[in-house]
Amino acid sequence: MRLDQRLIAEMIEPGTRVLDVGSGDGALIDHLFRLRGCDARGIEIDMREVTRSVAHGLPVVHGDADHDLAHYPNDAFDYVVLQRTLQAVERPREVLRQMLRIGRHAIVSFPNFGHWQLRLKLLLSGRMPMTAVWHTPWYETPNIHPCTIRDFIALCAEEGYCVQQWMAVDEDGERAPWRRSIRLANLFGEQALFLLRREGECPPPPEES
Amino acid sequence: MNSTAPLDVGDHQHATFPDGLDLECGVHLPSLDVAYRTYGQLSPRRDNAIVICHAFTGDQYVAETHPQTGKPGWWGRMVGPGRPIDTDRFFVICMNVLGGCMGSTGPRSLKPACAEGRVERWGTDFPPITIRDMVRAQYKLVRSLGIERLFAVVGGSMGGMQVLEWAVTYPHMMLAAMPIATAPFHSAQNIAFNEVGRQAIFADPEWYGGRYWEHNVVPARGLAVARMMAHITYLSEEALTRKFGRRVRQEPKDAQAPEASLAMFGDVFEVESYLRYQGSAFVRRFDANSYLTITRAMDWFDLAAEHDGELPAAFAGTPVRFCVVSFSSDWLFPTSSSRYLVRALNQAAANVSFVEIETDKGHDAFLLDEPDFDRTVRGFLCGVADHAGLA
Repeated sequence: MRLDQRLIAEMIEPGTRVLDVGSGDGALIDHLFRLRGCDARGIEIDMREVTRSVAHGLPVVHGDADHDLAHYPNDAFDYVVLQRTLQAVERPREVLRQMLRIGRHAIVSFPNFGHWQLRLKLLLSGRMPMTAVWHTPWYETPNIHPCTIRDFIALCAEEGYCVQQWMAVDEDGERAPWRRSIRLANLFGEQALFLLRREGECPPPPEES
Repeated sequence: MNSTAPLDVGDHQHATFPDGLDLECGVHLPSLDVAYRTYGQLSPRRDNAIVICHAFTGDQYVAETHPQTGKPGWWGRMVGPGRPIDTDRFFVICMNVLGGCMGSTGPRSLKPACAEGRVERWGTDFPPITIRDMVRAQYKLVRSLGIERLFAVVGGSMGGMQVLEWAVTYPHMMLAAMPIATAPFHSAQNIAFNEVGRQAIFADPEWYGGRYWEHNVVPARGLAVARMMAHITYLSEEALTRKFGRRVRQEPKDAQAPEASLAMFGDVFEVESYLRYQGSAFVRRFDANSYLTITRAMDWFDLAAEHDGELPAAFAGTPVRFCVVSFSSDWLFPTSSSRYLVRALNQAAANVSFVEIETDKGHDAFLLDEPDFDRTVRGFLCGVADHAGLA
């Protein structure tokens, strides 16, 4: 399991109901079921991955974040997880709304477009930046809605979501996550990871230091 | 097509329930026979039973040579020792549906009131039945085997309708449900196809108002036409092209056959020849009145009907784990109808898996060699067994 998936799993209380949107090979829901006693289910767009997951006994449906979340009832889950997919959906804001309608918490990870390498490449070459994380050319990329960590925090504030926990992690998971300064995380973090709650009691909003 | 089906019901393993069955139409069936076959061993805890529901023209001989046709079991590649539905692990029950003609009570059965004296068949007097009636008959047999909870109910096409009806009618009687290549209601298009089949039977001069046995004939021609048309709906354009294309073959000369005048120098298209064979083989094993009774039951099938059209309400609070499977080239029960079902299950917060198998074989794909489908069935059942702590 990837580092960010391990960090996601640690955010989830044992024994809870979890929906993993974009469950891929099902590694996270398998982990959550076996080691944390969760009722964990998945939605996946790639039919080969769905077939493989179901063939491993995991409850996964073929579907996608844009079209299928609307069919779940309110509060059906304790956590709705969206891994590295927010930048590729048609309507990210609507997907977040659906996630926090059907789940009490949303856990969202996405590649950070504010990373220094991207900024530098765009500045120096004047071309769309290509890195290990952003590795497809602009005319082929599925990532139609890239955002930075600060962009995401701004959207959460606008929508009134409570950021319960956040961190920036590296793509390959070799180095420790960034947790302190949002500006530094936005510069050096390759992937961002957020635990959101609909509303209510909340720790003080992340500071722009 | 002058073959006449044997009118005797034959000797099939069955259980008789003398208390009969109250049908949804209000009629009480005074006595009920359920013909069935079992495979594997029921565990001491009686927790490993799987009911397999057969499709429209299928029967209980799911995993063994058919006693009448001599053909292998209709799902032998799915059910058996070491197969995806593993009879070394599971106790498999397959029952002939109510209204069928392979030993369960149906139009070909004798009317109980006349059993002592004059021999009288139900025929067209057989009351209209529903998919739920079929499932309630199956429930009686399952309980009579001492089984309080099924591990799973599995079936494709009309078998899938029964699976859904099982899950809605007896949600606490089963852990898992696998509705395959099916829909939560019969579509207008499918009702239309069924109606053409029925009209073909009615139009046969040997139909005799449904009392053909009194004339010692069967409406073979009408029944064969119904089968030929239905068979087309089970395939896909790609599959027909792949299997037959525009190839022609020499047909044996039969000046009496009405199609003889259409043959070009004795040649017919292979697809025509194939369908005629399918039609004539079918009339030897299937009863025309059963055809009418069962197609009608399918037409009436609509799970949402008693919930004001709200399908999710039918599954509210269901503890059953579902695995819905569709096939990409199936246009009789298309993926869209499975997706509609899955969304209703999601709305009911049910535990559901959903797979669309990529294939060009059409509706019949669930009976054919599809490795991804096999893996899905095996994996889903193993996953449920893991969850349930089944040995």
